[in-house]
Amino acid sequence: MKSKTVAAAAVLTLAIGATAACGSSGGSGGSSALTAHGPIKVWLSNNTEEVAWGKDMVKAWNAAHPKEIVTAQEIPAGKTSEEVIGAAITAGNAPCLVYNTAPAAVPGFQKAGGLVALDSFKDGKAYIEARSGAAADQYKSPDGKFYQIPWKSNPVMIFYNKDIMTKAGIDPSAPPLATYDQFIATSKKLVSSGAAKAAIWPAPTSEFFQSWFDFYPLYAAESGGKQLIENGKATFDSDAGKKVANFWRTMYADKLAPQEKYPADSFADKKAAMAIVGPWAIPVYKGKVNWGVAPVPTSTGMAADKVSTFSDAKNIAMYSACKNQGTAWDLLKFSTSQEQDGALLTKTGQMPLRKDLTTVYADYLSAHPDYKTFADQAARTVEVPNMPNSIAVWQAFRDSYSSSVIFGKTPVDASLASAATKVTALAGQS
Amino acid sequence: MPNATVTRDQPGPTAPPSKRRSRRLRTVFGRQPLGIGLAAPYAVFLAAVFAYPLGLAVWISFHDYFFAAPGAQVSRPFVGLDNYKTALSDPAVRRSFLNVVEFLVINVPLTVVLSLVLATALNGAIRGRSFLRVAYYVPYVSASVAVVAVWLFLFSGDGMVNKLLGPLAPDPSWLVNSGLAMPVIAIFVTWKQLGFFILLYLAALQNVSKELYEAASVDGAGKFRSFMSVTVPGVRPATTLVVILATITGANLFTEPYLLTNGGGPDGASTSPVFVMYQKGIEQGSPDVASAIGVILVIGVLVISLINRRLLERD
Repeated sequence: MKSKTVAAAAVLTLAIGATAACGSSGGSGGSSALTAHGPIKVWLSNNTEEVAWGKDMVKAWNAAHPKEIVTAQEIPAGKTSEEVIGAAITAGNAPCLVYNTAPAAVPGFQKAGGLVALDSFKDGKAYIEARSGAAADQYKSPDGKFYQIPWKSNPVMIFYNKDIMTKAGIDPSAPPLATYDQFIATSKKLVSSGAAKAAIWPAPTSEFFQSWFDFYPLYAAESGGKQLIENGKATFDSDAGKKVANFWRTMYADKLAPQEKYPADSFADKKAAMAIVGPWAIPVYKGKVNWGVAPVPTSTGMAADKVSTFSDAKNIAMYSACKNQGTAWDLLKFSTSQEQDGALLTKTGQMPLRKDLTTVYADYLSAHPDYKTFADQAARTVEVPNMPNSIAVWQAFRDSYSSSVIFGKTPVDASLASAATKVTALAGQS
Repeated sequence: MPNATVTRDQPGPTAPPSKRRSRRLRTVFGRQPLGIGLAAPYAVFLAAVFAYPLGLAVWISFHDYFFAAPGAQVSRPFVGLDNYKTALSDPAVRRSFLNVVEFLVINVPLTVVLSLVLATALNGAIRGRSFLRVAYYVPYVSASVAVVAVWLFLFSGDGMVNKLLGPLAPDPSWLVNSGLAMPVIAIFVTWKQLGFFILLYLAALQNVSKELYEAASVDGAGKFRSFMSVTVPGVRPATTLVVILATITGANLFTEPYLLTNGGGPDGASTSPVFVMYQKGIEQGSPDVASAIGVILVIGVLVISLINRRLLERD
């Protein structure tokens, strides 16, 4: 009797599951939506400065377009924006535009049928390429279309605490940080002098995106601007990749960078003398840390105007659940106009992904030399590759990096080779 | 009563329509339709919250499945055991299962022993009994996020435990030490859930006859002998329940590796199958492989629970 009941329950369970899985649900925006106009919703990043910019931008739009009212809200709370957006795509209630779409998440959203190809608009491709120039190519999907508009970058550089440098007996106006040897020697001085607990404290945790803030910026610089994967193949099992990985291995092995995560902001708390951050950090550390900035190091101490770095860009994407995509496209162009990009730069310090960034905002940048450094760096940025299984690729790389570089469990060079094989295979799967 | 049964089971050909309707209802709903009415809400809840997702997960695990927007044209072909092969050939998945076995080996016996000993102590006439009962229960009802912060304060590199240990502190420290991270998590979970299991044992102890303790005392048994010969066998059904519940909750380990060791660190030493399911299913967009891991986990837990039950209920 008991076994019959269990068997019946199992059959019922499977039947329910199968029925549920075979079901279908409502439709998305559809092709007629491309030209439809009307009210729309957009999501903004929950960064205070960006919210302020977004609200002003929407206010300006609504004043000029009373029949196409835009409602803006912050991305609902979640572990990451990408998880929230992914859930909204599946539920069919994503907004028309999200002003915080991570390039690494775009392939997944595209596969889920959640994005609108911006090339579908008559002037879509031309607008994107005219605004961002050749840099826009990095944001094309493998099918050659744009599912995101390159919006703004946060080119990462080395921030250092001038007071801690002085305390360690290092010249704070030009600390030797250009080559790996210099960086390590400076780090040793900082720690051995007791000026700081750590020379630098990148998060040593295993989240897939953490490599964007330790390995990847240095790899972009050392390799002369290579992406992690190019033409479907991993590029990091190379001389440049090995040099970068071994540099970080030394930092961890010599206890210049801790293996344990700092629970808050180690740079703001003055526990770390340096940090890898973008221009968003300027207003954040203002009045808290007496900081200076330097390009990420390279093995040979490459000239600053040759050094590439990770862009840490966030883009705007249009979601297929949008019913009034005509309005969404118009708003997208309005919010990335020269005027609104200028407002974004001045209010948030983040760099609009425009080919003419340093010329159209020259007055502002010369009045704010801190931002000028980042604006110059913005011309030499490397994006995450737009590829299938993007997150799985980064996670596989991180796991390997974590094992070999951070915890020293496996030899660095062998680990890079095996990671390269794995991520190449992942990137080749659809 | 037998007459009534005969009347119900063998109705006469001339029974009135109302009686026939009543008989039909009884055939469908049994003799106590009210009982079905009372049980129905929970049965519906079980079907919606457990049976449906479980069935869906099994279905997903046999298909090339990914989340898609409503109305999106996607193909989700049947792939047989491919997702299971992918899951089992992934070293991270295999390691997560080994990690959770390590966790269970530490957590389950520790939970049983500590909760039984403490419940026995709290069942006696000791000073501050009510306070202690509440004190043991507080971690169980506290949010893991808050409690983890306390353990981070204790076990981080600069934490209180290392300060007390001085030169004896482990290097690397507890939470970034491959050999110590999972044991620390196992002890944390044991401590956090102890209050609940103590309650189960306290309830079971009320059913152990006092005469048995008196008889043991007359026979010359001391406290330890009484505990081993009267208490332990007396609460055996509760022990079965504690072992099975601790196994099930332990196998579902997620929050602690996620928060305490920052995502299963160091170097995957504290990843759990559920954490890997989260990575694959939610972060990496492979709910098919995640479902396969989930099904393997469910089967594993069922097998372990059945073995536990057989062993513990054996006379």
